[in-house]
Amino acid sequence: MNRSTTILLNLVLVGCLGLFLWWAEGNLDGYKIQILNLIAVNIILALSLNLIYGFTGMFSLGHAGFMAIGAYVCSILIMTPEQKETLFILQEALPWVQNSHAPFLVAVIAGGAVAALFGLVIGAPLLRLGDDYLGIATLGFAEIVRVIANNIPRVTNGALGFKGIPDHANLWWNYGWCLLTLYFVIRILNSNTGNVFKAIRDDETAAKAMGIDVFRIKLLSFTFGAFFAGVGGALLASLLTTIDPKMFLFTLTFNVLMIVVTGGLGSITGSILAGTGITVMLEWLRFVENPVTIGDWTLPGIPGMRMVVFSLVLILVILFRREGIMGMREIHWGTVARLIKGGKA
Amino acid sequence: MNLATFIQHFLNSLTLGSLYALIAIGYTMVYGILRLINFAHSEIFMLGAYLVFWGITLFHLPWPVAMVASIILVAGIGILVDRIAYRPLRDAPRISALISAIGVSFFLQNVAIVFFQAIPRQVYRPAWLENPMIWGEVRVLPLTLFVPLLSLFLMLALVYIVYHTKAGLGMRAISKDIETSYLMGVSVNKVIALTFGIGSALAAASGIMWALRYPQLQPIMGAIPGFKAFIAAVFGGIGSIQGAVIGGLALGFIEIMTVAFFPDLAGYRDAFAFVLLIAILLVKPTGLLGVKTEDKV
Repeated sequence: MNRSTTILLNLVLVGCLGLFLWWAEGNLDGYKIQILNLIAVNIILALSLNLIYGFTGMFSLGHAGFMAIGAYVCSILIMTPEQKETLFILQEALPWVQNSHAPFLVAVIAGGAVAALFGLVIGAPLLRLGDDYLGIATLGFAEIVRVIANNIPRVTNGALGFKGIPDHANLWWNYGWCLLTLYFVIRILNSNTGNVFKAIRDDETAAKAMGIDVFRIKLLSFTFGAFFAGVGGALLASLLTTIDPKMFLFTLTFNVLMIVVTGGLGSITGSILAGTGITVMLEWLRFVENPVTIGDWTLPGIPGMRMVVFSLVLILVILFRREGIMGMREIHWGTVARLIKGGKA
Repeated sequence: MNLATFIQHFLNSLTLGSLYALIAIGYTMVYGILRLINFAHSEIFMLGAYLVFWGITLFHLPWPVAMVASIILVAGIGILVDRIAYRPLRDAPRISALISAIGVSFFLQNVAIVFFQAIPRQVYRPAWLENPMIWGEVRVLPLTLFVPLLSLFLMLALVYIVYHTKAGLGMRAISKDIETSYLMGVSVNKVIALTFGIGSALAAASGIMWALRYPQLQPIMGAIPGFKAFIAAVFGGIGSIQGAVIGGLALGFIEIMTVAFFPDLAGYRDAFAFVLLIAILLVKPTGLLGVKTEDKV
């Protein structure tokens, strides 16, 4: 399979996705479109965590923190000054919060950039820690972000959060960002830097002995991951149109972690498949939480049941299929071609 | 601040600190043996409090009986969690067990939401713990003396088990070197199960007393105290029981005293522990009493 055929096939695939989105926009109802949007955002988040954890081996539980930063920065920028005037009822907003305004594209990039900056600043001291210590420390970071967001009402409107954030994040924006993330992650993983990421994941001590500046490379991967987590948070804010500190609890990180682990740590295709599958299931399972009527027989809804099912899925995946759906394998055009020819994939 | 208020703050710190310490012991014992952060520990804490509530409201048990029953049941749940979710992963990479632990934590939390509903519940408090004792200007709830005393008793019992029984010897052996312990004929799985049992029982005791101190039950009530107690364990040096106790008490004092002296910081209360965590990990990653281990190639 040569390079130009692959590029052509990729373009065809993107074209098909475009056609599908165009069809979806006209023919599907708002609820289904919302699910499609969530799929794109979840894939972005999963890819960014996979870059940090699956490919570079840094166990980070700070995703909710980066998402919160991206979401708040983006929302502050896309809301008009008049809107902010009516929103900050408890305490009036700081002047720079009140007056800053930017188009959606700039706002999302800014959200990602600020998250990346935080990634850089906290990564520098924290990435010296190993495995589970890093997990706990990044979790601590996410909690600190949430507590601070609660306590600076002049910037974040405190516990009330933001309502009525302009809903710019439509299918085109979300899938555009999703493709961009995908493209970027694939490019970096196929480069030499990507090989170094994997070398660090597989054996940090050996990588160090080979003369790799482990710390610098880890920081690079962490910062990129933080950037896309921020972008994901920014898109999510505009998609849901309301945010508040409570939204960025550990549960949010848990959902992303579940997608990455189920899909397969270190597999891009796995993140995409699991991102799609789990988002659909999360929505579909809402029926167990709502009352169901079959004939004249009504089952009461069971709140919380959805997460019971999902935590069970995670435990079962870890116990019985630790490598997830895909393990570290990928589906690419080469695999597809071999399948069509009938050979062994 | 006058002396009377200071004494009250001091006793409050001691109460909160001993509650943290009891939870932290469970974290530190499991980490010392399996190198696993048992995320489900905070849910074990929550279950302890809920089972007492159930025992009293559904089965009309007297309070002390309900308390003992809950501690025993929760110890069983702790052992069960190890058997189902951690034991199959003993030979897996450490992170797999950690993810399993996160899964169990969410599972128990949401099962609690399904069974107990998310609405906060009021807890029964025995009257003798509530009538304040007054010495001059100092008003003290018997509760703030009861909690540290009971905690002290439980900790002494623990020290006896760990340092003066055969099972305790097994625990200490496993935490030094699990493979050699196998070779020396320690029944490793039994000792680990016992460790989970003891840790869970202490967490349950802490949860029950927490519910007396802050009388409201919620399925997510374990999350924050659990994280903080884990931080206390890291602060004291994870793997060390004395460290967990010192860390727990230190955290209790830091939280209460900082708010007492700087009331403006009250909103940031839940962040203190995390700041402390990041600080200690950067300065002395092994904690106050921890032992440094080197990476071997």
